[in-house]
Amino acid sequence: MSTRHIVVVGASLGGTRTAQALRERGFDGRLTLVGDEPHLPYDRPPLSKQLLAGTWEHEEIALPLAPDPCLELRTGNPVTAVRLADRALELADGSSLSWDSLVIATGAGARPWPGPVPAGVLTLRTLDDARALRDALRAPDARLLVVGAGFLGAEAAATAAAAGVPVTLVEAEARPLARNVGTAAGEFLARLHREAGIDLRTGTTVRSFTGTTRVTGADLDDGTHVPATVVLLALGAVPRTEWLHGSGLRLDGAVVCDEHGRARTDDGAVAEGVVAVGDAARWPNPLTGDTLHLGHWSNAVEQAAVAARTLLHPAEAGELPEPPLSVPSFWSDQHGVRIRSLGLPHLADEVRVVEYDLPGRRLEVAYHRDGELVGALTANRVRRLADYRPRLAETLRRRRTAAVAAAAAAAAG
Amino acid sequence: MRIHVDMNRCESHGQCVFAAPDHFSFDEDDVLLVQADVPDDEAVRAAVREAATACPVQAITLQQDGEAA
Repeated sequence: MSTRHIVVVGASLGGTRTAQALRERGFDGRLTLVGDEPHLPYDRPPLSKQLLAGTWEHEEIALPLAPDPCLELRTGNPVTAVRLADRALELADGSSLSWDSLVIATGAGARPWPGPVPAGVLTLRTLDDARALRDALRAPDARLLVVGAGFLGAEAAATAAAAGVPVTLVEAEARPLARNVGTAAGEFLARLHREAGIDLRTGTTVRSFTGTTRVTGADLDDGTHVPATVVLLALGAVPRTEWLHGSGLRLDGAVVCDEHGRARTDDGAVAEGVVAVGDAARWPNPLTGDTLHLGHWSNAVEQAAVAARTLLHPAEAGELPEPPLSVPSFWSDQHGVRIRSLGLPHLADEVRVVEYDLPGRRLEVAYHRDGELVGALTANRVRRLADYRPRLAETLRRRRTAAVAAAAAAAAG
Repeated sequence: MRIHVDMNRCESHGQCVFAAPDHFSFDEDDVLLVQADVPDDEAVRAAVREAATACPVQAITLQQDGEAA
């Protein structure tokens, strides 16, 4: 049995999947999984849907962890400090942990409101957050204001509206997600919200919240007032890397990694034995030509597999093998419509609407840049989405080969 | 190896179709179709294992040869 100790910080999707992948690849040493929440590991996408609706509880969203006598799970115990040179961590309960390899999988947190807010202004990122919002929505006079019509805000708004709660959804852009998926898909989503009875206000933002002890609503910058008993801030996510400030690792919001998941240090070197995955990490992406922070479920799963391989790669075996090509994908379920996407639609300079059928609840959009396919999005048309994948993989492969050749030419001077 | 899909859990995310298109596909209404028997070919099996790993709702289980259903 290996005497090596691998510590995984973050006991959510990226952390548990990395632990699982390490075991599947034959690692039989000691594993410690550290999580800041008191709960056993769980999956987050249902929080804004089934959890909020009250149809599921923790049990239904538990992330599987195989019985493992050499795995220690330390929940409710945030990391307070890290010392890379000593390969040691300090935990909130006063204990410390030393590691041979470290996996950073602390994910992302909800972007906070810039300033103090009254009670009843909530965010949604954890199981406890989802329970608190669900309880607030069950009050007989509940009125919900959602700030931000991104995927999380839109899903929560849709869930609340389906439960009969009056919902106002405020979005700064002219259409929801227009910067991410273009105006056609943005308009499609806007119409879904309005048909469901949601009061969607676009092109405006919240200036301030009203209510002293508890929120009573918000004043918008268009001069109107929106009454609300509860507010959900859905302003995006920020990588939870504050515990790594001053550690010597290079941070650009998230931990900057190479294509094998190895963290970089401030001086650009590889941090020996340290990998980062999921929402806390930035990995190179051939479509952007730079490192990219992707808050997607599939991204964490794929990176966990690559990072486990990286950690277990024997030094004597030489260079790490080229990682598998990863085609980004994300999804969102709103108003019973299955929105599925591949690639990076936000990079597009040309959007081709193949099908726009609002009554039929169907949408198909292809995204191109410089004439090349960079993304696709469908609503209730996942069969057609699948047809785009080989072409997207081909684009990615071509870009990666070109980037490798360019790097080699630059190195040769 | 044999594939089992819990259709009560399946939400047509499509991750399995992306990973192993020879064994997973959709009909016109985005309902998942499964080719359950996996041949004794390591590349195909690796793709099917990847499909099971990639499923966001853990609807796919793989039954190894000789294992009781």
